[in-house]
Amino acid sequence: MFDLSLLPDGGLGWLDASGDQADVVLSTRVRLARNVEGYAFTGRSREGERLRILAQVRDAAAGVPSLSGGVLLRVDELDSDDRRLLHERHVISRELAGLEASSGARGGAAVYVGDGVGVMVNEEDHLRLQSVRSGFALEPAFAAISRLDEELGRRVPYSFHKEFGFLTACPTNTGTGMRASVLIHLPGLVLTKEIPKVLVGLQQMGLTYRGLYGEGSEVLGSFFQISNQTTLGRSEEELVDHLSNVVRHVIQREQEARRVLWRDAGYIIEDKLWRAYGTLRFARSLTFEDAMSLLSGVRLAAGLQLIQGLSVYTLNKLLIFSQPAHLAWSEGHELTDAEADVARARFIRQALIDEMGPIQ
Amino acid sequence: MLCDVCRERDATVTLTHAVKGEVNVLHLCQRCAADRGIETSITTPLKNMIADYLPAVQASQAVTAQLDSMRCAFCSMSLADFRESGRLGCASCYTTFDQSLRALLRRVHGNAKHAGRQYDAPPPDLLHEVTALGELRERLRRAIAQEEFEQAAQLRDQIRGME
Repeated sequence: MFDLSLLPDGGLGWLDASGDQADVVLSTRVRLARNVEGYAFTGRSREGERLRILAQVRDAAAGVPSLSGGVLLRVDELDSDDRRLLHERHVISRELAGLEASSGARGGAAVYVGDGVGVMVNEEDHLRLQSVRSGFALEPAFAAISRLDEELGRRVPYSFHKEFGFLTACPTNTGTGMRASVLIHLPGLVLTKEIPKVLVGLQQMGLTYRGLYGEGSEVLGSFFQISNQTTLGRSEEELVDHLSNVVRHVIQREQEARRVLWRDAGYIIEDKLWRAYGTLRFARSLTFEDAMSLLSGVRLAAGLQLIQGLSVYTLNKLLIFSQPAHLAWSEGHELTDAEADVARARFIRQALIDEMGPIQ
Repeated sequence: MLCDVCRERDATVTLTHAVKGEVNVLHLCQRCAADRGIETSITTPLKNMIADYLPAVQASQAVTAQLDSMRCAFCSMSLADFRESGRLGCASCYTTFDQSLRALLRRVHGNAKHAGRQYDAPPPDLLHEVTALGELRERLRRAIAQEEFEQAAQLRDQIRGME
């Protein structure tokens, strides 16, 4: 396995819970899809073309201040465990990691990991620029990615059409090529059964939601990724402002739901959340789905000040480190599902003991 | 692809018509096509109607077939390929399939006109410089690896000069 400490912040700076509203919003991400002029899009490109694109981007990146101090990883040269690890850290997408393809990652697949920004090369589009921040931080994430886009676009010619904007492989990304998203924890709205209304409302307002891992992933542990659905016909700023306003409103509704729960069913909630904590603290085997759902409960308990002394940062880390590839990485060898469940329970137990002491 | 009118049934007919020099393309299902007086079924009992409509049917089917078989000159993608994969082949596809894409973009985004950041590609001479710089760096890497330090020093100076 390769050395994760090579990555700036281990690629996990966004976990540190330093951002605004960090107990409700885990992270904010903005990505821009860009293609390099003169080549077929990735899906129709030959390996030689993809390698030329990578070389071109590599040369250009040397003069891009936003990427200085960053690291280039050749995803196509990593084994599947490492690729899975990077995917679990949200450093690369499932598509770039080639987790679904039997042949693995495609030739020329690579990623730049910089400080809070990155560039995936030879994803569905030649370039997927991304910017990640802890908590609710759309404006800073957007500012960082705009800077990166401008710097890189001066050295690499993007495919751009006067009328259609930035051209992408999938027409759902055409125009700005921008997807801004907020990873948000909404247990209050789930428990009060308000969530379907909120989700329908999002769609009516031109937004969409997904699970923890983006497109096609299911919603686990009340974690939702809310993002803009359309990319054409409105400016980047308008899209960001709109998402920002709606998310602010959703956060308010979540806080209200939590107040109502606490007021009307305090003891039920208290019991439910302490049971979640008790299970995480004493269980000897936990599936990933179990862990997500229980961690969701404990996160809510921390948000309600029910459990004190447990930091949001620790809870964030547990979400990432209790995933299969991370467990295998920390155990130092491959694990069967059953072994992973045992390792997961042990890992979470130890983290809770470290943070809360052995008694609670 | 769904019918542009009812958006319920699959479009099987492509209707292309020109108004004042502007070409419009509509993708219609059989029923909506029939509403507009385009017969697409040859099982129509009225024989004289067949005689009237058959040329129109053949024309519209020919247009669909023609559109489907049209290939992008750069990446050789066809609309049929696009329907299967949902992904376009290259930037030129946007020009080749302009009409069909315009309708699709409008359906997906409610709009087909970019309102965001404008972009001018960098001038070619700068790109050459970037590429040349990249080549020099690669040569520098190789020179160092092969312990040809004199050459490495020259390359380093050359790179500094360009930077």
